[in-house]
Amino acid sequence: MCSYIVEKTALVGSAKGRKGWMRIDTANVYFDHPYYSTLDHVLAIDFTNEGEGGRDRVAVELSADSARALVERILAALASGEVAHGGATTSVAVAAE
Amino acid sequence: MSYYQGLQAEVVPFCGHNGDQGEAYYARPLRTGKFPGIVVIHHIPGWCEWTTEVVRKLAHHGYAAIAPHLYFREGGPNESPDDLGARIRAAGGVADAQVMGDVAGTMAYLRAQPNANGKIGVIGFCSGGRHTYLAACTLKGIDAAVDCWGGNVIVDNPKDLNDKRPVAPIDLTEKISCPLLGIFGNDDANPTADQVNRTEAVLKKLGKNYEFHRYNGAGHAFFNWQRDAYRPEQAMDGWRKVFDFFNRYLAASATSIAAE
Repeated sequence: MCSYIVEKTALVGSAKGRKGWMRIDTANVYFDHPYYSTLDHVLAIDFTNEGEGGRDRVAVELSADSARALVERILAALASGEVAHGGATTSVAVAAE
Repeated sequence: MSYYQGLQAEVVPFCGHNGDQGEAYYARPLRTGKFPGIVVIHHIPGWCEWTTEVVRKLAHHGYAAIAPHLYFREGGPNESPDDLGARIRAAGGVADAQVMGDVAGTMAYLRAQPNANGKIGVIGFCSGGRHTYLAACTLKGIDAAVDCWGGNVIVDNPKDLNDKRPVAPIDLTEKISCPLLGIFGNDDANPTADQVNRTEAVLKKLGKNYEFHRYNGAGHAFFNWQRDAYRPEQAMDGWRKVFDFFNRYLAASATSIAAE
């Protein structure tokens, strides 16, 4: 694709990177040429903490099919998990997108 | 004398756009003599290992080659180029004017070396191919330019132009003042075969010195052996075209030290 198109979303969470665990507040999502993967294109996600400057990231590069499968499994895990835990969803305010 | 002669490769400082001090990967033959210089412009993912391999390949073939780290302003020398690339992407990319300034800076670096023969080429891949087209249009002192599958040379939707990329390179074609080689895969989605044809039509109409080579069974980045996109037969022929072109316009006195 050779583009700078990025889907950015605010989030609440944490991730483990090269310096250990860190808070994350942003995910940058894009479908483009990879840095590491051998695939022509990947669905890439960079988890960062822009509130702390965004210098560290936890990154993944996924094939398009596996990314779609992951989306389904995330939704399935949320659905079954929230039922198992009494339907309670911990709601935490997310910064404006 | 050994058939395979040595080369030296290292990271060097250079003066880029606005006088900013950056770093570049530089390689040149170790033997004595004067060599043509070539600037290598990396692709969107960043100043990657494959880019450094291209620089060494050019040095192996008798050129002094340099690849500026176009994202150096985002971090220090000890930060991974891919992390800097991720930040650049999130910020919407690098500005064309800044890239042209950095390319001009590395051209000046090459010219200042005691081994320079005075000739300068530019080659770029993916977004670097587009930057190469822009450099051929806007920078003085380029003797030969090679655009490898640069996308977005043609911009059909004006909304895709912005402060960082304000002008479609195709609209600057009249200013091209050096020979241009284009290498493309017919299966590429950006640039498409139709866009390559339209670019060629403009070059032809304006009477520019160019040659385009299109490869069936190949798409984007088919030189890149680290990707599934790699097409060895087409890539080998493409490299032959690149060296034939550079030898023709840059290296009348340069002797390749590598097997063709």
